[in-house]
Amino acid sequence: MSSYEYRHYPYQRPPELDGKGKRRPVVIVGAGLAGPTLALALAVRGVASVLLDEDDTVSNGSRSICQAQHSLETWDRFGIAQRMVDKGITWEQGEVYLHDTPIYHFNLAPEPGHKFPAFVNLQQYYVEEYLFDRCLAEKLIDLRFRNKVVGVRPDSKGVVLDVETPDGRYTLEADWLVACDGVRSTVRHLLGLPFPGEVFHDQFLIADIRFTSDLPKERRFWFYPSFHPTNSVLLHRQADNVLRVDFQLGRDADPEEEKKPENVDRRLRQMFGPEATWEHEWCSVYTFTCRMMERFVQGRVIFAGDAAHVVSPFGARGGNAAVADVDNLAWKLARVLDGTSPASLLESYCSERRAAAQENILNSTRSTDFITPKFPASRAFRDATLALAREFPFARSLVNSGRLSVPTIQPGSSIDTPEGDTDWLRGPAPGTAMVDAPVVNGRGGFLVDHVGPGFTLISFAARAVDLPELPAGMTGVMVAREGSAPSGWTALQDRDGLLRQRYDGRAGTAYLIRPDRYVAARWRRPDARELAAALRRATGHG
Amino acid sequence: MAEAATGALRRTLNLRRPDEVYNAIIDAHRDLDDDQCRAFDAGLILLLANHVGDADVIAEALAAARLSLNGGSRAD
Repeated sequence: MSSYEYRHYPYQRPPELDGKGKRRPVVIVGAGLAGPTLALALAVRGVASVLLDEDDTVSNGSRSICQAQHSLETWDRFGIAQRMVDKGITWEQGEVYLHDTPIYHFNLAPEPGHKFPAFVNLQQYYVEEYLFDRCLAEKLIDLRFRNKVVGVRPDSKGVVLDVETPDGRYTLEADWLVACDGVRSTVRHLLGLPFPGEVFHDQFLIADIRFTSDLPKERRFWFYPSFHPTNSVLLHRQADNVLRVDFQLGRDADPEEEKKPENVDRRLRQMFGPEATWEHEWCSVYTFTCRMMERFVQGRVIFAGDAAHVVSPFGARGGNAAVADVDNLAWKLARVLDGTSPASLLESYCSERRAAAQENILNSTRSTDFITPKFPASRAFRDATLALAREFPFARSLVNSGRLSVPTIQPGSSIDTPEGDTDWLRGPAPGTAMVDAPVVNGRGGFLVDHVGPGFTLISFAARAVDLPELPAGMTGVMVAREGSAPSGWTALQDRDGLLRQRYDGRAGTAYLIRPDRYVAARWRRPDARELAAALRRATGHG
Repeated sequence: MAEAATGALRRTLNLRRPDEVYNAIIDAHRDLDDDQCRAFDAGLILLLANHVGDADVIAEALAAARLSLNGGSRAD
């Protein structure tokens, strides 16, 4: 049915079965989006990991298709983001229709000058394939297919796992276990940990079809279109001329009936007209839940991605939050493992990413309630909003067909430094993600190319002699008119003036960027003592 | 809608956090039955009308809301 050729990755007999095992610093369970991204982000920092997956191939079905800018920036550090951009569909605009009339148009990237677009649509199986390719080429990553976790025994110093393979069962010892094993997390079940949240009963039909005519790149969302008059429809384009069509079916639909090819074809025929031709790629009827664990760090066991929190699909907040989770976790875990930070630094992973999950659940629940109102008054306000949207621009802003994923804000985190200066006109405050801008450094490029994998200070000091003294463990990026920079610093020219503008950069302004590209602190004119204090705080010594 | 439009009624967004305000309104209706909803909305409209104060704005809003009755309901 699918035009994608599923490769079966080779199983290899684990050394533990022959008594050659050793204790591992990190074992990751689940090779979806989060697991391999974490393994790669740890490898960048010199940390070895074992990555266990119970089957031997990539995601079955296109699933999480909207890869957001922040995720692409993360994957760019492993050299695979451009491959995704080249293969996928770049899109930044969307159209919302009421009946068959467009009522609302949005542009997610009104400003130019970013290395990556707001979104690239690419089927999850391609993203996983590129991640697997990169993991398999990485010596520090031991990626094991057909290794299924069947037992988890944590203690104060680590975790012992029982793992089932085609050759039998073995035990694996680890200092840290990270569960990236999805919404039905085996690790969470084995530990008997609750996953509280809200269940939604509306059913949706996903039909992925291969289409041959010219296709729109933008996201399209219809309320009550003439081809599906009682509900909503969402259309997204993916790589290989595949369209994702998502029909809202309501609560009472029979999923087995709806999945039958002739019934799917009947809906598609009404939508695309008598001339269109297509082939089926994938079909699924789903309902969804919004859930979140009480704690993402449980002793030596850490949860990330859908294993820790799950949202409705409206807004592309599942896969992208999973990537942001492990981006937040990787540098902290690496520091705890090499002893440069106390284990308490991981508490900030829990608090920051729980706040992010809460924001994602709030946004996706609001979208869900707008698309599928739960009670008559809610439906009346929704329909009034749609009716007013034809004439009134304010109502178009209230139309909520999904608020699309942007990096969440993590205000007041204990490892960020509160602002002392109050004269900021714009720019990312502590707790928000850094903003990209085009720069010149020999060959050109973007600010994101010059940040990480450690802590980076971006300084707008006018002259080299005005630069603050960098504490150990911090590299400097100097926004300069000329090309030369002192030792420890990289000189970047502000190609279009956007860097100064986006950061409200005046002479002496400095931003401390965390390894996960969030702002830890900013100042108008920091001294060496303030820099060192912010770095201590950001690394869990505050 | 031109017949009622005197230009007094604001057409563009005036809410800093539109999703929060929208959902606060929805949540306020959550546990109400139909009669309670009607009574609640009546009270809310009177409070907001008094706050707005301008009779031209209120007249224009009344006309716009009336016209929108035919615009957005489900087709079935």
